[in-house]
Order: sequence, then structure tokens, then C-alpha cells
Amino acid sequence: MTGLALNIRSKVYPGGVETLRDCQFSAAPGEFVAIVGPSGAGKSTLLNIAAGLDRDFDGELVRPPSRPSKGQGLSPSALSFMFQEPRLMPWLSVRENIALVLSEPKTHDAAIDRILRTMGLQDFSQAYPAQLSGGMRRRAALARAFICQPSLLLMDEPFTSIDAPTAEALRRSLLDLWGEQRPTILFVTHQLTEALALADRVVFMSARPARVIFEHVCALSRPRDLDLGSHQAIADSLLMAQPGLLQGGLLGQLQGGPAR
Amino acid sequence: MRESGARLGSLLALLVAWQLLAAAAQSLTLPTPWAVTQVIVQQASSGDLWLNLSATLARVVASFTIAMCVGVALGMWMGASKTTNQWLDPLLIIALNVPALVIIILAYVWLGLGEVAAVVAVAVNKIPVVVVATREGARAIDHALMQVGEVYRLSRWRTWRHIYLPQLYPHLLSAGRNGLSLVWKIVLVVELLGRSSGVGFALANYFHDFDVAGIFAYTIAFTSVMLVFEALLMRPLERRLNRWRA
Repeated sequence: MTGLALNIRSKVYPGGVETLRDCQFSAAPGEFVAIVGPSGAGKSTLLNIAAGLDRDFDGELVRPPSRPSKGQGLSPSALSFMFQEPRLMPWLSVRENIALVLSEPKTHDAAIDRILRTMGLQDFSQAYPAQLSGGMRRRAALARAFICQPSLLLMDEPFTSIDAPTAEALRRSLLDLWGEQRPTILFVTHQLTEALALADRVVFMSARPARVIFEHVCALSRPRDLDLGSHQAIADSLLMAQPGLLQGGLLGQLQGGPAR
Repeated sequence: MRESGARLGSLLALLVAWQLLAAAAQSLTLPTPWAVTQVIVQQASSGDLWLNLSATLARVVASFTIAMCVGVALGMWMGASKTTNQWLDPLLIIALNVPALVIIILAYVWLGLGEVAAVVAVAVNKIPVVVVATREGARAIDHALMQVGEVYRLSRWRTWRHIYLPQLYPHLLSAGRNGLSLVWKIVLVVELLGRSSGVGFALANYFHDFDVAGIFAYTIAFTSVMLVFEALLMRPLERRLNRWRA
């Protein structure tokens, strides 16, 4: 089984802005990769390309195939995408939102019940998104992402703008579901501690045009402490060695962009 | 309860004002509510009222259905495709501005003084209005939600049914609502000009005799039918489609 392999020689938007250049990385099957980089650097563009939403780029993309063990009638898609906003359909109940992405929802009632319970949403299955808190809406979006047993899950800063305890509970659920199903995950975040707490490997991107400048393997054992504060020390030591890391530059080439 | 009380009170006030005015005027051109009621009862017992009401209602339903189907399809197409919109927009503006009367006369001249011409004339009058409302909705489609359908590779039908169409409902509802009142007004003109049944035909006869009581009788009867239509069909439909709004 292959994982994800991305090789983007260049991605230029119609306006002429080059967002990605010589950006390449891969992820092993079941690997949890976090992507960190300066805002506006093209992390979302990268996810859109990986998702197949954006096909207008120069390069190659290999995505993991649909898992062979996947149940019948789940979904024709091998990937799930959790966006920055939950993007639930406001006119569908929580349950209907989850069932929406299944090709034969009626045969998977039990699976929907199970994931609703796992997410603590069993009492809200008939509620509409407008009746839920921000944290619960994200729980529903997370349930929708996992119900179709994806082999690749793309996440674009999914836990921003919610309070810390809620975010921590969501991270816990994410890791539980990932442990159960083992999809390859690409998790974009601007919070280094969040990346360190969750991922097997953290990939750092440069400023625009973005490429991979640095990788850090998180050797911590699992299950992990998901309180982001406890990962501050590792983040600090990384930033001590490479102060410009989050701005997208390594020592000695902060202004220069890609060294050639 | 308070709301329906206010509605009833407003109608009652209108009735009282009418009675007072009619009593003061003492004229055949402003009959009292009682005189009008008598005409309604007389028309109902002779059967003419039901004949004319049902003829008009059938024309309203037929032309409304045609106009909604054609208008919604065209509006979705124009909202989704820039090229289509560029080609059809000038025609739409012309269609919006051709007087209803011209369309009715031309329909009768070209299609003959028949039922088909009557229904087509009304539908053609109404289609541009539906197109405009639907196009507005189709342009405001939220692409963030459409992307969800794309990522999860939903079938075209499911995407259309559960992601696209619900975003159009508010626009379709208002198009339907405004459409219904427009359609029945035009149907009366069509009947007045070239049909020998229907409320419009009855009104033409009363106009010929300057019989204002008869005109009032038919106006009230048909407006009531449309109010019932609105209460039993449009409002429950709207409630159902809006139940997710908190």
C-alpha cells in the first residue's frame, strides 16, 4: 500500500502569484504528518492540490488507494477533508450530515450510531448545526470525515477559534479515531505545539513560493499528553536552533528565499 | 393567537369602513357589503361562481407550473454559466419590459383564441421574473459547501439534491409567491380579452353593465381562494423548508 507522494514543481494562480515551487514530500501509509508554515504561504493550496480540488499545477501527485478492507456502500472517496470551518449543511441534521457522504447511508445506520456515540453526539443526532456549539459542530465534521473510512485525511487548521479544553478534547478524539482506522493524515496548523503534540513528523514550509525547508520527527511515544503547554519545551528548543523556522527561513537564508 | 387576532381585526376594520362609506354614498357604484354578499350567494347557487372560479384556477395552476419549471431551469443555467448568461441576459431584459398586454394580444393572434394561447401568454409573462429570482440564487451558491460534495465524491444527484438545491429554496419560494399573485392577475386579463369562462370573463360582463356589486363579488371570491391556497400550500411549505433555521 502506498502512502501520499507529492511533487509540485510549480503552482501559479491565474493572477501570476507563484504559491508553491519545488515543493515535495511524502507520507507513509497511516502516518500523521503536520505541516507548519507562515500564514499565506500556500498550505491550504497544498491541501487543495492533495485533495484533487485544484488540478491546475505543474507536478505529480500520488494518493493512497481506497482501502481494500473498506465496507460496501461507504463512499466512493478514498479521502476526507476537514476544513477550517466545519462546513456542515445547515439544512441537514447532524445525522443527515454524516449520512450525506455515504453512498448507501441506509445500510450503515449502526456505523453512524457508533460514531455519534464516540463523538458524544448521540443526543444531538436530530439537531441542526445552528443549534450546536462551535466545538460540537467540529465534532460532527470529524465524525463525517471518519465515517467513510478514508485512507487519506486532509485537515486545514480544523481546531482554530475554539477554546483550549474543547480543542484538546477534539484532538483526543482525532487521535483515537486515527488509531482505530489508521488513515494517512496531513494536518495543517500554525501552532507548533499542536503539530508536535499530534504528529509523527512535522514538516516546515518556507514563505511564498513555498517549499519544504525542514522536517522534525516526533519521537514521543503514544498515547501522548495533549495539553499543548507540555510541548512548549520541545518547540522552544527547535526555535532556539532555528529562530526563523515559523517565518519560513532557516539560519543564514532568512531574507534570501530558496538557496540555489 | 395575538397575530391572528390582529389579522382578523384588520379585516374587520376594512369591512366597517366599507359599510360606513357605502351607507354615506348611497350610490350604485359603491354597494354595501351585504349587497355584495347577496350577489356571491346568488352566483354560488346558480353554479356560475364555481364554473368561473374553477376555470380561472385551472389556468392559474397550468401557467404557474409551466412558468416555474421553465423559469427555474433557465435561471439555474444562467446562474451557473457566464456564457449562457451573456447570451440570454439581453433577451431577458427585453422580456421583462414587454408589456403583458402585448404578449397576450400576440399569443391570441399567433396561437388562436384558445386555451393554449391563454396559458402560454400568462406563462411567458411570468417566466422572466422567475428567471431573475432563480439566477440570483444560483449566483449566490456557496462554493465552500459545493467543495464538500466534491471532496467526498457525492454523485451529481446527491450534490444537487442536498447541497445545491437547498441553497436555492429561499429564492424559489419568493419567486413562487410573487409569481402566484402575478399569474392570477394576468390570467384575469387574458380571460377578459379572449375567453368565455373564468373570473375575468365574468368581470367583463359586469363591467359592461356597470355592475359594481358583481365585480366586488368575484374579486372577493377569487381573492379568498388565493388566500386559502397561500395558507394551505405556500406557508406550510415555507415552514418545512425553513425548519432548520434557529
